[in-house]
Amino acid sequence: MVGLFRQARWSPYLVGTGIGVLSWCTFYFMGKALGTSTSFVGAAGAGLCAVAPEQFSQNTYLLKEYGAKGGGFRPIFDWQMALDIALVFGALISAWLGRTLKVERVPGLWAERFGPSVLKRYAGAFAGGFILIFGARMAGGCTSGHGISGGLQLAVSSWVFFIAMFASAVVTAGLIFGFGARVRGGQEVVRV
Amino acid sequence: MFENFFADPKTLLLGAITGLVFGFLLQKGGVTKYDVIVNQFRFRDFTVLKTMLTAIVIGAIGIYAMLQMGMIKGLSIKSAELAMNTVGGLIFGVGMVVLGYCPGTALAAAGQGSRDAIVGVVGALFGAGVYSIVYPSLARSIEPIGKFGKITLPEVTSINAWVLIAALTVIAVSLFIWLERRERRQPTSA
Repeated sequence: MVGLFRQARWSPYLVGTGIGVLSWCTFYFMGKALGTSTSFVGAAGAGLCAVAPEQFSQNTYLLKEYGAKGGGFRPIFDWQMALDIALVFGALISAWLGRTLKVERVPGLWAERFGPSVLKRYAGAFAGGFILIFGARMAGGCTSGHGISGGLQLAVSSWVFFIAMFASAVVTAGLIFGFGARVRGGQEVVRV
Repeated sequence: MFENFFADPKTLLLGAITGLVFGFLLQKGGVTKYDVIVNQFRFRDFTVLKTMLTAIVIGAIGIYAMLQMGMIKGLSIKSAELAMNTVGGLIFGVGMVVLGYCPGTALAAAGQGSRDAIVGVVGALFGAGVYSIVYPSLARSIEPIGKFGKITLPEVTSINAWVLIAALTVIAVSLFIWLERRERRQPTSA
Protein backbone atom coordinates (compact mmCIF):
# COMPACT_ATOMS: atom_id res chain seq x y z
CA MET A 1 0.00 0.00 0.00
CA VAL A 2 2.78 2.40 0.95
CA GLY A 3 4.59 1.25 -2.22
CA LEU A 4 1.59 2.38 -4.27
CA PHE A 5 1.72 5.91 -2.83
CA ARG A 6 5.43 6.07 -3.62
CA GLN A 7 4.91 5.30 -7.29
CA ALA A 8 5.59 8.27 -9.57
CA ARG A 9 2.60 7.60 -11.77
CA TRP A 10 -0.66 5.68 -11.55
CA SER A 11 -2.70 4.15 -14.35
CA PRO A 12 -5.27 6.64 -15.73
CA TYR A 13 -7.95 3.99 -15.13
CA LEU A 14 -7.07 3.83 -11.43
CA VAL A 15 -7.00 7.64 -11.16
CA GLY A 16 -10.27 7.96 -13.10
CA THR A 17 -11.91 5.39 -10.83
CA GLY A 18 -10.62 7.31 -7.81
CA ILE A 19 -12.12 10.56 -9.11
CA GLY A 20 -15.41 8.77 -9.87
CA VAL A 21 -15.60 7.36 -6.34
CA LEU A 22 -14.59 10.75 -4.91
CA SER A 23 -17.59 12.24 -6.73
CA TRP A 24 -19.90 9.66 -5.08
CA CYS A 25 -18.52 10.79 -1.71
CA THR A 26 -18.98 14.51 -2.36
CA PHE A 27 -22.57 13.87 -3.47
CA TYR A 28 -23.48 11.51 -0.65
CA PHE A 29 -21.68 13.08 2.31
CA MET A 30 -21.57 16.74 1.28
CA GLY A 31 -24.37 17.23 -1.26
CA LYS A 32 -21.84 18.80 -3.61
CA ALA A 33 -20.51 18.17 -7.11
CA LEU A 34 -16.77 18.49 -7.76
CA GLY A 35 -15.90 21.85 -9.33
CA THR A 36 -13.05 24.33 -9.19
CA SER A 37 -13.58 27.44 -11.29
CA THR A 38 -16.34 29.34 -9.43
CA SER A 39 -13.89 30.10 -6.63
CA PHE A 40 -11.71 32.04 -9.06
CA VAL A 41 -14.69 34.41 -9.35
CA GLY A 42 -14.99 34.48 -5.56
CA ALA A 43 -11.30 35.30 -5.08
CA ALA A 44 -11.26 37.92 -7.84
CA GLY A 45 -14.55 39.35 -6.56
CA ALA A 46 -13.20 39.64 -3.01
CA GLY A 47 -10.19 41.51 -4.43
CA LEU A 48 -12.39 43.86 -6.45
CA CYS A 49 -14.70 44.48 -3.49
CA ALA A 50 -11.71 45.29 -1.28
CA VAL A 51 -10.40 47.83 -3.80
CA ALA A 52 -13.68 49.39 -4.96
CA PRO A 53 -16.53 48.30 -2.69
CA GLU A 54 -19.07 50.78 -4.13
CA GLN A 55 -18.75 49.44 -7.67
CA PHE A 56 -18.56 45.75 -6.96
CA SER A 57 -20.77 45.03 -3.95
CA GLN A 58 -23.75 45.21 -6.34
CA ASN A 59 -22.04 43.45 -9.26
CA THR A 60 -24.59 41.31 -11.16
CA TYR A 61 -22.24 38.39 -11.73
CA LEU A 62 -20.85 38.25 -8.20
CA LEU A 63 -24.42 38.27 -6.90
CA LYS A 64 -25.40 35.57 -9.42
CA GLU A 65 -22.64 33.24 -8.18
CA TYR A 66 -22.44 34.25 -4.53
CA GLY A 67 -25.71 36.02 -3.71
CA ALA A 68 -27.41 34.86 -0.50
CA LYS A 69 -31.15 34.18 -0.46
CA GLY A 70 -31.90 37.01 1.93
CA GLY A 71 -29.74 39.54 0.02
CA GLY A 72 -26.03 40.24 0.30
CA PHE A 73 -23.39 37.55 -0.19
CA ARG A 74 -23.03 33.97 1.04
CA PRO A 75 -19.51 33.05 2.23
CA ILE A 76 -16.85 33.49 -0.47
CA PHE A 77 -14.39 31.24 1.36
CA ASP A 78 -16.60 28.17 1.00
CA TRP A 79 -16.40 24.43 0.34
CA GLN A 80 -14.95 24.91 -3.15
CA MET A 81 -12.40 27.57 -2.10
CA ALA A 82 -11.10 25.14 0.55
CA LEU A 83 -11.03 22.42 -2.13
CA ASP A 84 -9.07 24.65 -4.56
CA ILE A 85 -6.43 25.53 -1.98
CA ALA A 86 -6.15 21.92 -0.84
CA LEU A 87 -5.62 20.82 -4.47
CA VAL A 88 -2.19 22.46 -4.31
CA PHE A 89 -1.26 20.49 -1.20
CA GLY A 90 -2.74 17.20 -2.40
CA ALA A 91 -0.56 17.41 -5.51
CA LEU A 92 2.43 18.47 -3.39
CA ILE A 93 2.06 15.39 -1.17
CA SER A 94 1.65 13.11 -4.20
CA ALA A 95 4.71 14.59 -5.94
CA TRP A 96 6.77 14.41 -2.75
CA LEU A 97 5.88 10.75 -2.12
CA GLY A 98 6.44 9.86 -5.77
CA ARG A 99 9.69 11.87 -5.94
CA THR A 100 8.37 13.92 -8.87
CA LEU A 101 8.46 17.25 -7.04
CA LYS A 102 10.38 19.52 -9.40
CA VAL A 103 10.62 23.24 -10.02
CA GLU A 104 9.72 23.81 -13.66
CA ARG A 105 9.27 27.16 -15.36
CA VAL A 106 9.13 26.19 -19.03
CA PRO A 107 7.55 22.81 -19.91
CA GLY A 108 9.45 20.66 -22.44
CA LEU A 109 6.90 20.82 -25.24
CA TRP A 110 6.55 24.61 -24.92
CA ALA A 111 10.35 25.01 -25.04
CA GLU A 112 10.49 22.85 -28.16
CA ARG A 113 8.08 25.20 -29.91
CA PHE A 114 8.79 28.63 -28.36
CA GLY A 115 12.30 28.32 -26.94
CA PRO A 116 13.53 28.36 -23.35
CA SER A 117 12.50 31.99 -22.50
CA VAL A 118 10.83 32.06 -19.08
CA LEU A 119 9.29 35.47 -19.75
CA LYS A 120 7.68 34.26 -22.95
CA ARG A 121 6.25 31.22 -21.17
CA TYR A 122 4.92 33.32 -18.28
CA ALA A 123 3.27 35.73 -20.75
CA GLY A 124 1.66 32.73 -22.50
CA ALA A 125 0.58 31.20 -19.18
CA PHE A 126 -0.96 34.49 -18.00
CA ALA A 127 -2.86 34.97 -21.27
CA GLY A 128 -3.87 31.29 -21.31
CA GLY A 129 -5.18 31.46 -17.75
CA PHE A 130 -7.12 34.62 -18.53
CA ILE A 131 -8.78 33.06 -21.61
CA LEU A 132 -9.39 29.78 -19.77
CA ILE A 133 -11.41 31.29 -16.93
CA PHE A 134 -13.27 33.66 -19.21
CA GLY A 135 -14.42 30.63 -21.23
CA ALA A 136 -15.17 28.58 -18.13
CA ARG A 137 -17.37 31.27 -16.64
CA MET A 138 -19.24 31.80 -19.90
CA ALA A 139 -19.86 28.07 -20.20
CA GLY A 140 -20.79 27.78 -16.51
CA GLY A 141 -17.97 25.44 -15.51
CA CYS A 142 -14.59 23.95 -16.33
CA THR A 143 -13.09 20.52 -16.86
CA SER A 144 -14.11 19.40 -13.37
CA GLY A 145 -17.50 21.10 -12.91
CA HIS A 146 -18.70 20.50 -16.46
CA GLY A 147 -16.33 17.85 -17.82
CA ILE A 148 -16.43 15.40 -14.94
CA SER A 149 -19.33 16.33 -12.61
CA GLY A 150 -21.74 17.45 -15.32
CA GLY A 151 -20.62 14.72 -17.70
CA LEU A 152 -21.30 11.95 -15.19
CA GLN A 153 -24.75 13.38 -14.40
CA LEU A 154 -25.47 13.35 -18.15
CA ALA A 155 -26.16 17.12 -18.17
CA VAL A 156 -26.83 18.56 -21.64
CA SER A 157 -24.85 21.73 -20.84
CA SER A 158 -21.77 19.71 -19.89
CA TRP A 159 -21.68 17.46 -22.95
CA VAL A 160 -22.10 20.51 -25.21
CA PHE A 161 -19.23 22.21 -23.35
CA PHE A 162 -17.05 19.08 -23.47
CA ILE A 163 -17.42 18.66 -27.25
CA ALA A 164 -16.86 22.40 -27.96
CA MET A 165 -13.83 22.50 -25.64
CA PHE A 166 -12.24 19.39 -27.13
CA ALA A 167 -12.77 20.52 -30.74
CA SER A 168 -11.37 23.97 -30.02
CA ALA A 169 -8.36 22.56 -28.16
CA VAL A 170 -7.55 20.19 -31.06
CA VAL A 171 -7.67 23.08 -33.55
CA THR A 172 -5.63 25.35 -31.26
CA ALA A 173 -3.00 22.65 -30.67
CA GLY A 174 -2.88 22.06 -34.44
CA LEU A 175 -2.40 25.76 -35.17
CA ILE A 176 0.37 26.06 -32.59
CA PHE A 177 2.19 22.75 -33.03
CA GLY A 178 1.17 21.78 -36.57
CA PHE A 179 -1.57 19.44 -37.72
CA GLY A 180 -0.61 15.81 -38.05
CA ALA A 181 3.10 16.56 -38.00
CA ARG A 182 4.09 13.25 -36.54
CA VAL A 183 7.83 13.82 -36.65
CA ARG A 184 9.32 16.60 -34.57
CA GLY A 185 12.32 16.86 -32.31
CA GLY A 186 12.73 13.90 -30.00
CA GLN A 187 9.14 12.77 -30.40
CA GLU A 188 9.47 10.70 -33.59
CA VAL A 189 6.71 8.23 -34.06
CA VAL A 190 7.66 5.44 -36.40
CA ARG A 191 4.66 3.83 -38.02
CA VAL A 192 5.25 0.14 -38.53
CA MET B 1 -19.14 40.47 1.32
CA PHE B 2 -16.64 40.44 4.15
CA GLU B 3 -19.11 40.12 7.07
CA ASN B 4 -19.61 36.39 6.54
CA PHE B 5 -16.50 35.64 4.51
CA PHE B 6 -15.88 32.09 5.80
CA ALA B 7 -18.21 29.10 5.61
CA ASP B 8 -18.56 26.96 8.75
CA PRO B 9 -15.48 24.91 9.76
CA LYS B 10 -17.09 21.55 8.96
CA THR B 11 -17.84 22.60 5.37
CA LEU B 12 -14.30 23.92 4.97
CA LEU B 13 -12.80 20.74 6.41
CA LEU B 14 -14.83 18.55 4.01
CA GLY B 15 -13.81 20.78 1.09
CA ALA B 16 -10.17 20.57 2.11
CA ILE B 17 -10.27 16.75 2.37
CA THR B 18 -11.90 16.55 -1.07
CA GLY B 19 -9.24 18.87 -2.51
CA LEU B 20 -6.38 16.88 -0.97
CA VAL B 21 -7.66 13.63 -2.48
CA PHE B 22 -8.48 15.26 -5.84
CA GLY B 23 -5.08 16.98 -6.07
CA PHE B 24 -3.30 13.77 -5.08
CA LEU B 25 -5.13 11.80 -7.79
CA LEU B 26 -4.54 14.42 -10.51
CA GLN B 27 -0.82 14.53 -9.78
CA LYS B 28 -0.48 10.74 -9.65
CA GLY B 29 -2.34 10.56 -12.94
CA GLY B 30 0.17 12.86 -14.63
CA VAL B 31 -2.59 15.22 -15.80
CA THR B 32 -0.85 18.05 -13.96
CA LYS B 33 1.79 18.06 -16.70
CA TYR B 34 1.68 20.56 -19.57
CA ASP B 35 2.99 18.01 -22.08
CA VAL B 36 0.42 15.35 -21.11
CA ILE B 37 -2.52 17.76 -21.46
CA VAL B 38 -1.40 19.41 -24.70
CA ASN B 39 -0.43 16.08 -26.28
CA GLN B 40 -3.98 14.83 -25.71
CA PHE B 41 -5.18 17.42 -28.21
CA ARG B 42 -2.43 16.38 -30.63
CA PHE B 43 -3.63 12.76 -30.21
CA ARG B 44 -0.21 11.69 -28.99
CA ASP B 45 -1.07 10.94 -25.37
CA PHE B 46 -4.53 9.77 -24.31
CA THR B 47 -4.05 10.03 -20.53
CA VAL B 48 -6.52 12.92 -20.19
CA LEU B 49 -9.32 11.20 -22.12
CA LYS B 50 -8.74 7.85 -20.36
CA THR B 51 -8.86 9.54 -16.94
CA MET B 52 -11.93 11.66 -17.67
CA LEU B 53 -13.98 8.94 -19.36
CA THR B 54 -13.22 6.48 -16.55
CA ALA B 55 -14.25 9.08 -13.95
CA ILE B 56 -17.45 9.86 -15.89
CA VAL B 57 -18.48 6.20 -16.30
CA ILE B 58 -17.68 5.19 -12.70
CA GLY B 59 -19.22 8.40 -11.37
CA ALA B 60 -22.38 8.07 -13.49
CA ILE B 61 -23.05 4.49 -12.33
CA GLY B 62 -22.73 5.48 -8.66
CA ILE B 63 -24.66 8.75 -8.85
CA TYR B 64 -27.59 7.33 -10.83
CA ALA B 65 -27.69 4.27 -8.54
CA MET B 66 -27.77 6.47 -5.44
CA LEU B 67 -30.42 8.67 -7.05
CA GLN B 68 -32.61 5.67 -7.81
CA MET B 69 -32.24 4.30 -4.28
CA GLY B 70 -33.08 7.70 -2.82
CA MET B 71 -29.68 8.05 -1.16
CA ILE B 72 -29.18 11.50 -2.69
CA LYS B 73 -31.82 14.17 -3.05
CA GLY B 74 -31.20 15.08 -6.67
CA LEU B 75 -28.69 16.03 -9.31
CA SER B 76 -26.55 19.16 -9.22
CA ILE B 77 -26.11 20.33 -12.80
CA LYS B 78 -25.50 23.55 -14.69
CA SER B 79 -28.17 25.22 -16.76
CA ALA B 80 -28.14 24.47 -20.50
CA GLU B 81 -27.50 27.80 -22.19
CA LEU B 82 -26.37 26.35 -25.47
CA ALA B 83 -24.78 29.48 -26.95
CA MET B 84 -22.92 30.25 -23.71
CA ASN B 85 -21.91 26.57 -23.24
CA THR B 86 -20.62 26.36 -26.82
CA VAL B 87 -18.83 29.71 -27.07
CA GLY B 88 -17.46 29.31 -23.55
CA GLY B 89 -16.21 25.83 -24.43
CA LEU B 90 -14.53 27.11 -27.60
CA ILE B 91 -12.77 29.89 -25.66
CA PHE B 92 -11.86 27.45 -22.87
CA GLY B 93 -10.21 25.08 -25.37
CA VAL B 94 -7.89 27.85 -26.58
CA GLY B 95 -6.93 28.72 -23.00
CA MET B 96 -6.40 25.08 -22.09
CA VAL B 97 -3.80 24.62 -24.85
CA VAL B 98 -2.06 27.99 -24.37
CA LEU B 99 -1.85 27.59 -20.59
CA GLY B 100 -1.52 23.82 -20.82
CA TYR B 101 -3.61 23.23 -17.70
CA CYS B 102 -7.26 23.62 -16.76
CA PRO B 103 -8.24 25.52 -13.59
CA GLY B 104 -8.05 22.48 -11.28
CA THR B 105 -4.92 20.98 -12.80
CA ALA B 106 -3.21 24.41 -12.79
CA LEU B 107 -3.63 24.56 -9.00
CA ALA B 108 -2.40 20.98 -8.67
CA ALA B 109 0.53 21.66 -11.04
CA ALA B 110 1.51 24.61 -8.83
CA GLY B 111 1.77 22.11 -5.97
CA GLN B 112 4.19 19.87 -7.86
CA GLY B 113 6.51 22.81 -8.61
CA SER B 114 5.30 24.10 -12.00
CA ARG B 115 5.93 27.83 -11.64
CA ASP B 116 4.22 28.66 -14.94
CA ALA B 117 0.98 27.23 -13.50
CA ILE B 118 1.10 29.85 -10.72
CA VAL B 119 1.32 32.59 -13.36
CA GLY B 120 -1.62 30.90 -15.11
CA VAL B 121 -3.66 31.03 -11.89
CA VAL B 122 -2.92 34.76 -11.56
CA GLY B 123 -4.03 35.26 -15.19
CA ALA B 124 -7.17 33.28 -14.38
CA LEU B 125 -7.98 35.56 -11.43
CA PHE B 126 -7.72 38.58 -13.74
CA GLY B 127 -9.91 36.76 -16.28
CA ALA B 128 -12.53 36.13 -13.59
CA GLY B 129 -12.46 39.79 -12.56
CA VAL B 130 -12.89 41.01 -16.13
CA TYR B 131 -15.68 38.47 -16.71
CA SER B 132 -17.65 39.79 -13.74
CA ILE B 133 -17.39 43.28 -15.27
CA VAL B 134 -18.53 42.30 -18.78
CA TYR B 135 -21.13 39.72 -17.70
CA PRO B 136 -24.17 42.05 -17.84
CA SER B 137 -23.71 42.59 -21.60
CA LEU B 138 -23.31 38.83 -22.23
CA ALA B 139 -26.41 38.18 -20.11
CA ARG B 140 -28.40 40.46 -22.39
CA SER B 141 -26.99 39.29 -25.73
CA ILE B 142 -25.78 35.66 -25.75
CA GLU B 143 -27.18 34.04 -22.61
CA PRO B 144 -30.82 33.89 -23.77
CA ILE B 145 -29.89 31.98 -26.97
CA GLY B 146 -30.69 28.30 -26.56
CA LYS B 147 -31.53 28.60 -22.87
CA PHE B 148 -33.25 25.42 -21.73
CA GLY B 149 -32.45 25.29 -18.00
CA LYS B 150 -31.18 22.30 -16.06
CA ILE B 151 -31.87 19.50 -18.51
CA THR B 152 -30.22 16.09 -18.82
CA LEU B 153 -29.62 13.80 -21.80
CA PRO B 154 -32.17 11.20 -20.55
CA GLU B 155 -34.84 13.94 -20.40
CA VAL B 156 -34.03 15.36 -23.82
CA THR B 157 -33.72 12.04 -25.65
CA SER B 158 -36.41 10.19 -23.64
CA ILE B 159 -33.91 7.34 -23.36
CA ASN B 160 -33.57 5.72 -19.94
CA ALA B 161 -30.48 6.93 -18.07
CA TRP B 162 -29.25 3.34 -17.62
CA VAL B 163 -29.39 2.73 -21.36
CA LEU B 164 -27.29 5.86 -21.93
CA ILE B 165 -24.84 4.88 -19.18
CA ALA B 166 -24.54 1.37 -20.65
CA ALA B 167 -23.89 2.83 -24.12
CA LEU B 168 -21.31 5.23 -22.70
CA THR B 169 -19.61 2.37 -20.86
CA VAL B 170 -19.43 0.25 -24.00
CA ILE B 171 -18.02 3.18 -26.02
CA ALA B 172 -15.46 4.01 -23.33
CA VAL B 173 -14.29 0.41 -22.81
CA SER B 174 -14.03 -0.22 -26.58
CA LEU B 175 -12.01 2.96 -26.96
CA PHE B 176 -9.72 1.94 -24.07
CA ILE B 177 -9.12 -1.53 -25.55
CA TRP B 178 -8.37 -0.03 -28.97
CA LEU B 179 -6.00 2.57 -27.47
CA GLU B 180 -4.13 0.03 -25.33
CA ARG B 181 -3.62 -2.28 -28.32
CA ARG B 182 -2.41 0.62 -30.44
CA GLU B 183 -0.04 1.88 -27.74
CA ARG B 184 1.42 -1.61 -27.30
CA ARG B 185 2.20 -1.68 -31.02
CA GLN B 186 3.75 1.82 -31.02
CA PRO B 187 5.09 2.36 -27.52
CA THR B 188 6.77 5.66 -28.46
CA SER B 189 3.52 7.41 -29.28
CA ALA B 190 2.44 7.58 -25.62
